[in-house]
Amino acid sequence: MTAAVFFGCTFIAFGPAISLFLFTIAREPLRVIFLIAGAFFWLVSLLLASLVWFISVQISNKESASQQKGLLIFGVVLSVLLQETFPAFHEVFKCFFCFFVLVSGLGFGFMSGAFSVVNILADSVGPGTVGIHGDSQHYFLSSAFMTMAIILLHMFWGVIFFDGCEKRRWFVVAAVVVSHLVVSCLTFQNPQYVSSLVPTYIIMLSMGIWAFYTAGGSLRNLKLCLTCKDKDFLLANHRPR
Amino acid sequence: MNASDSDEELYNERSALVPSENPEVPSYRPDPDHSPTEDSDSKTTGFSRRTRPGGGSEREAEPEEEEEEELPLKYGAKHVIMLFIPVTLCMVVVVATIKSVGFYSEKTTQQLIYTPFTEDTPDVGRRLLNSVLNTVIMISVIVVMTILLVVLYKYRCYKFIHGWLILSSLMLLFWFSFMYLGEVFKTYNVAMDYVTVAVLIWNFGAVGMVCIHWKGPLALQQAYLIFISALMALVFIKYLPPWSAWVILAAISVYDLVAVLSPKGPLRMLVETAQERNEPIFPALIYSSAMMWTVTMANPADDQPSETDEEAELSGRRAEPQRRQPGPILEDELEEERGVKLGLGDFIFYSVLVGKAAATGGDWNTTLACFVAILIGLCLTLLLLAIFKKALPALPISITFGLIFYFSTDFLVQPFMDNLVNHQFYI
Repeated sequence: MTAAVFFGCTFIAFGPAISLFLFTIAREPLRVIFLIAGAFFWLVSLLLASLVWFISVQISNKESASQQKGLLIFGVVLSVLLQETFPAFHEVFKCFFCFFVLVSGLGFGFMSGAFSVVNILADSVGPGTVGIHGDSQHYFLSSAFMTMAIILLHMFWGVIFFDGCEKRRWFVVAAVVVSHLVVSCLTFQNPQYVSSLVPTYIIMLSMGIWAFYTAGGSLRNLKLCLTCKDKDFLLANHRPR
Repeated sequence: MNASDSDEELYNERSALVPSENPEVPSYRPDPDHSPTEDSDSKTTGFSRRTRPGGGSEREAEPEEEEEEELPLKYGAKHVIMLFIPVTLCMVVVVATIKSVGFYSEKTTQQLIYTPFTEDTPDVGRRLLNSVLNTVIMISVIVVMTILLVVLYKYRCYKFIHGWLILSSLMLLFWFSFMYLGEVFKTYNVAMDYVTVAVLIWNFGAVGMVCIHWKGPLALQQAYLIFISALMALVFIKYLPPWSAWVILAAISVYDLVAVLSPKGPLRMLVETAQERNEPIFPALIYSSAMMWTVTMANPADDQPSETDEEAELSGRRAEPQRRQPGPILEDELEEERGVKLGLGDFIFYSVLVGKAAATGGDWNTTLACFVAILIGLCLTLLLLAIFKKALPALPISITFGLIFYFSTDFLVQPFMDNLVNHQFYI
């Protein structure tokens, strides 16, 4: 495990998120605050889920490995559900800030990604051998890719969920919750990375497209943006600070 | 050890955020409480921090802006970010040092004289009792120092206070920095000679003294203040026994709350005295994020004692001239330029909390959780400041959140996340 692994995995996992942060959030103080608020709410939901898991572990049979694994799965599902309840609180702020939802979704994603991968990254700097007991050699790389997908997914889910809440389209909200559960359950198949990573990325792409259309994007906008002909976009980004 | 004495003094106070009332009031509100370290008898110069923020925070609640909802919120957000950045930087420096330089996290038998009871007993009850006793001693020393400070300030012993402050910063900038540099060199196995080190430390310290106590570019002054807060936090992390440190953090927040908000609280009396006298704050005790306070300071009150005039002039000159327009300044320009102030004590204690989370857990999740908790606490405190527009303690909310998140992440979340990561489950 070398510096190359560390830097490579860090940039894979956090690259898109950090560039999103730098280009859209870092300039506006209010958005940074909402990013941190999003991270905070994710932490609170994780705390509650861990509390429940911890209590259930204490009252269960500690020797049985399968029971422990079952409890872990239960913990995962519970925490996913808890995470989905928190964006509902954001309804309160919707009148003021349009970018708010994206930002807080990114905050959720950042925290989620950070909690999943930071310890792994820290370990990758030190000495060791990956998979010495017969585990997969691709542990670090797959963790990094999974983290990137999760961060972007949280952001997309935030946008779609919020839009669903606003328009009272409950099937949209349910779809977000279900897809979150599906993605988490897919990870139960690790270390068969093909069966977990590939569907996750497919889901991420589809959620991304859905979120894009939800937020008002269209092919026309995309074309204008890419060819730098979108006057509104250009004006907006060259406004005096 | 010398460090112990200075630590005490160092910790002086609190940080309170004080909003400025209205445009005519000089934004540079003197910050009485944070005055010089209370430790007058100690030979070491304590570095007092904290202090309450001088009135700098312009909270968006200026009457002119109430019509526009978003504008005040944007100004408020800007001020929050102006504090987030230095607090984050201080915490990053402390965590980076703790994780790389082993010296600050290794166990030591030396303890501060303010925490004489040892925690080396196997009995949990005894250990707890010792930590509580240590805390009681530490807090009472702080209370005594604060009251001494208030008395000194009330009786206008400015020269004494100044001398004390200068001694404190001398100690921090030279002695502690030298120790820090030595440990960093040891960690990275860098061969170094005394002559080079002497030149480095001399330059660093001399420029620091000038920037902090006299004039200097704002960014450099801020950088020095952040660095000395980090140094102080590192000393606390090293020399406070583990359990005592947590109890002290909790007790300090309570003390901060009481001292700033209760009518007879020393800090509140200090603030009120300073406001009555319309005096500028002593430098080197608070971190301020902007520099414009010259206009009002350019005309110091006529009946001020000579030292205050000097100070006023000094602080006036210190604020960089680019903003100095003696003519009428638009209300919102003034608003824009005024900054927010936070006492250095706050920086120190936030960093102590995060540093201890980094040192004792060995785990990054706990550190991250404490970091986010402290930032959110700071945000809430600033929000309260906007609502109440008076001096507020900045420690209680952040430290409470930080402590809750530290203990819950360490005991509840960590095992859960460890298990998840083992199996590579994602949530």
